[in-house]
Amino acid sequence: MTLSQDELNELRTMLTCGFEQLDTAFAGCMEDAVARLSRDGVKTMLEGASLICMIGRGYEPVHVFLEEMPEIAERLGEAVIEKVSQAVWKMSRTPNGKAILPFLQTLGEAARRLGSETLFCQYIKIVFDMMESTTRSTHGFHQTIPSPGLPEMLGQMPFLLSQLSLEGLRNWIEYGAKHYLTHPERQIDYFTLQSADSKAILQRERHGTLFADNERKMGLYMRAMWQEKAAQFVPYSLGFDELRKPLPYFDELGLRVPDVFDDYEDPGIGIRVKGTDRYRAVLAHMAAHRRWTQAIFADNFSPFQRIAAEMFEDCRVDTLAMRVYPGLRHILQSLHPMPIEDGCDPTVESCVRHRLAMFSYAIMDSEYSYKNKDIIEFVKRFNEVMEAGESSTQEIAALALQFVARTRRQEDQSANVYFADTTVDYRDDNRHMWKFYELGDEEEMFDEQDKSKAEQDEKSKGLPPRHYAEWDYLGKTYRPDWVSLYESLHPQGDGAKIDAILTKHAALAKRLKQILDMLKPQQYVRVRYQEEGSELDLDVAIRSLIDFKAGTTPDTRINMSHRTDGRDIAVTLLIDLSQSVNDVPDGSSQTVLELSQEAVTLLGWAIDHLGDEFAVAGFSSNTRHEVRYQHIKGFSEDWNDTVKGRLAAMEAGYSTRMGAALRHAALTLAARKAGKKLLLILTDGEPSDIDVDDQQHLIRDTHKAVQELDQLGIYTHCISLDAKADEYVSDIFGSRYTVIDNVERLPEKLPQLFLTLTK
Amino acid sequence: MSDVSQYLVSEEPFYQAVGNEVELYEAAYSERLPVMVKGPTGCGKSRFIEYMAWKLKKPLITVACNEDMTASDLVGRYLLDANGTRWLDGPLTVAARIGAICYLDEVVEARQDTTVVIHPLTDHRRTLPLDKKGELVKAHQDFQLVISYNPGYQSLMKDLKQSTKQRFSGLNFDYASGQVEAGIIARETGCAADVATKLVKVGETARNLKGHGLDEGISTRLLVYAARLIKRGINPNQACRMALVAPITDDADITATLKHSIDAVFA
Repeated sequence: MTLSQDELNELRTMLTCGFEQLDTAFAGCMEDAVARLSRDGVKTMLEGASLICMIGRGYEPVHVFLEEMPEIAERLGEAVIEKVSQAVWKMSRTPNGKAILPFLQTLGEAARRLGSETLFCQYIKIVFDMMESTTRSTHGFHQTIPSPGLPEMLGQMPFLLSQLSLEGLRNWIEYGAKHYLTHPERQIDYFTLQSADSKAILQRERHGTLFADNERKMGLYMRAMWQEKAAQFVPYSLGFDELRKPLPYFDELGLRVPDVFDDYEDPGIGIRVKGTDRYRAVLAHMAAHRRWTQAIFADNFSPFQRIAAEMFEDCRVDTLAMRVYPGLRHILQSLHPMPIEDGCDPTVESCVRHRLAMFSYAIMDSEYSYKNKDIIEFVKRFNEVMEAGESSTQEIAALALQFVARTRRQEDQSANVYFADTTVDYRDDNRHMWKFYELGDEEEMFDEQDKSKAEQDEKSKGLPPRHYAEWDYLGKTYRPDWVSLYESLHPQGDGAKIDAILTKHAALAKRLKQILDMLKPQQYVRVRYQEEGSELDLDVAIRSLIDFKAGTTPDTRINMSHRTDGRDIAVTLLIDLSQSVNDVPDGSSQTVLELSQEAVTLLGWAIDHLGDEFAVAGFSSNTRHEVRYQHIKGFSEDWNDTVKGRLAAMEAGYSTRMGAALRHAALTLAARKAGKKLLLILTDGEPSDIDVDDQQHLIRDTHKAVQELDQLGIYTHCISLDAKADEYVSDIFGSRYTVIDNVERLPEKLPQLFLTLTK
Repeated sequence: MSDVSQYLVSEEPFYQAVGNEVELYEAAYSERLPVMVKGPTGCGKSRFIEYMAWKLKKPLITVACNEDMTASDLVGRYLLDANGTRWLDGPLTVAARIGAICYLDEVVEARQDTTVVIHPLTDHRRTLPLDKKGELVKAHQDFQLVISYNPGYQSLMKDLKQSTKQRFSGLNFDYASGQVEAGIIARETGCAADVATKLVKVGETARNLKGHGLDEGISTRLLVYAARLIKRGINPNQACRMALVAPITDDADITATLKHSIDAVFA
């Protein structure tokens, strides 16, 4: 007790608050406060507490405030005390009273993580921005409905702060607040990290080096330096297992690596390892195991012996890897923890891990300073074995057994295991090192069969969905994996119908044929520098004459000839098959679908005639979860009865989500080798879908998709049948569109349009 | 008649035999079989031919082929001079006359209508008709034709016609195995043996990436360049970046991987 009763009483008078519970806790809180804060600081804090007492939320907020504030204020400066009490007061003036207690509870963690007053104030502002944007009103006057996500989000805050920078936190919150503003249940799912996109955004905003960004680099690394030709990577997330961090490992399905690595920093000794190098360390260690480790039988080993054998084997393969690539030593040594020799007290704790980690460190760093005789002896023996050659898993395991036997202690059995500085996090879990005489009866054995069955079922259903991102113009970000697209083969109908259409349009076809014939032998290209050719190339001829007059050897290749260049175009035609194409336009006797069918028939016939590569597909959508992409003709298919059959069976339904369809069509088109790539979209209206309220959203997304296609070298052109299309179509396609007002003339216009585009 | 001595290789070029290619070549030469040497760039094809010419003490005429080369560039042409016209032999004709080894480097680069002029020289006839001059040149008994060819381009447009290919006997070249290559680099540049070994290791990592963003791995020639830079006192990491990474790729990921491998090897 450093405070006298009088001093306590004086402080108590400064706090205007009548809760009974306060009397018991007050003395303890004040001890702490006086020890950490200045006299003015304590006064400000008590004033703040009086304010919080008045908000009518009971005793608990006051208690948390008094308990947390001294530490926070000591860390960040006393100016924050008033800011916090004012923030709490402000919050109590909104319908979000319930969030006050969770808010106060996050402050301690926030102060520890953020460490500066500016950042701390930014944090409070972010929380308030979120609160303000998600607190809704019924009739637009007063805010009456509390924010559903706020208390939930504050509950997740310690985890969020550990994963995200403040910037990332703001982005994550803004995404949720914007997209689930009108949907309280979904908002709660988002802010409790239950929903898939919540996790996806969190993933995107995390700090550190994402594996996804470096996958190719790591594939090249494995191929170049370890000759692992077909390394399959399976990233796993570190974000959701707080208690037990998963370790890297590998099996026949691939190499499991963490999805994100922060740069490793140890300012004390001035070490810094970049995230990509940490990945390389993990991969190098696994590759070394794959190259040098042979599995040995585990059945006769005790758990301790196995741990030791694993550690010794890890050291062996690291040594071999560093022998091949000496530069690895720097990285591996930096990442290896440095156990302190007397860090573990063998009389009260189990020091097995500690001893092994010391051994491992001593192998890594030849200038180690350990005094333990056993360690020194075994490091020497280990090095002797390794100097003789590569050794083997079996031999090194035998050495490990001797080490265990020599250093065994009674207390090793203790449940109190010493863990600090004993985990080498670039090393995998060594499951590949062991084999068993008897296959166990572990649970995995049972569901093995089920899995293969489930996979088979999946396969028979058709292609798995492909996921595409969608552009969010308000947030200026992509919504990751937002749309699921299912590609399927279009059902087949009667191909004769298509031939009938061609007969019907025989006159048009004849005219088209004339144009086609003119198009076919096209593009004369000059071939210069010919000894013999059809014409004299004057430029070269004059140059030669000058040379000749000047007395040097003239170039005799003074002629030029011509050759015709082949057409080198790949075309994909994308047909909008949404419900609206079933309408019969004014002044017409046929539906838009029928007209499109005729037009596509003629176009197909024309392109086939020209010999250009082309593909046809239809698309429609039923919310973002189901975009249907129906394959009608592929690039390698001929213009035959099967294709005509699919074209004849075209049916319309649902809505028009254009962006995903464009992105998917681009996938196959971009892979073609043609010099020019053209994507034609035949549509009767603007992009829309029933799960999107904001008209602009899909228009902007489609525009973004067109830009992406541009970057892939694909020229996109839209043929719109919507007479009112002028309002939006140029927003999407720029100047690359044609509006056909008189839909009746579509069959005639479409092939002509194609021909002018490709002339 | 041209001056033969200028085509003779006067000093012994350094060539490290990897297999029995010297023996094979000598046998082919004694039978005057045309030879095709195939292999990736910078693996020692041209050096080998130079060495063989020296060893056999025969003149060597080298023609670097290119797209604009015509049959007249090989065979010869009429030139105008003050007195009218004068015939000038092309390199192929000269070689046939003086009994030299005629080496057509990167023969696929020449157009196919150009390469057919070598046909009569490469079968039992061993003659070269000069139709413009109205002369049939009978090849000297020492004459031999050698072409080199890099199959790595894998281009549809650039390949030899079957009728051309089937006139040659072939020798396959590749980068020498690690130790031998290190020896070559050390001998060629006079650098320390361990530097050469390390350079070869870097070269191997790049060769593993062939077809995955790299069209060709790092050639022995580039490794020699790197060794020379190192010998001049340049820091090995920088020398490797300059000689081994910058010339072969613009791809950021591959650059990063190669740089890492350099760091890992030159610790």
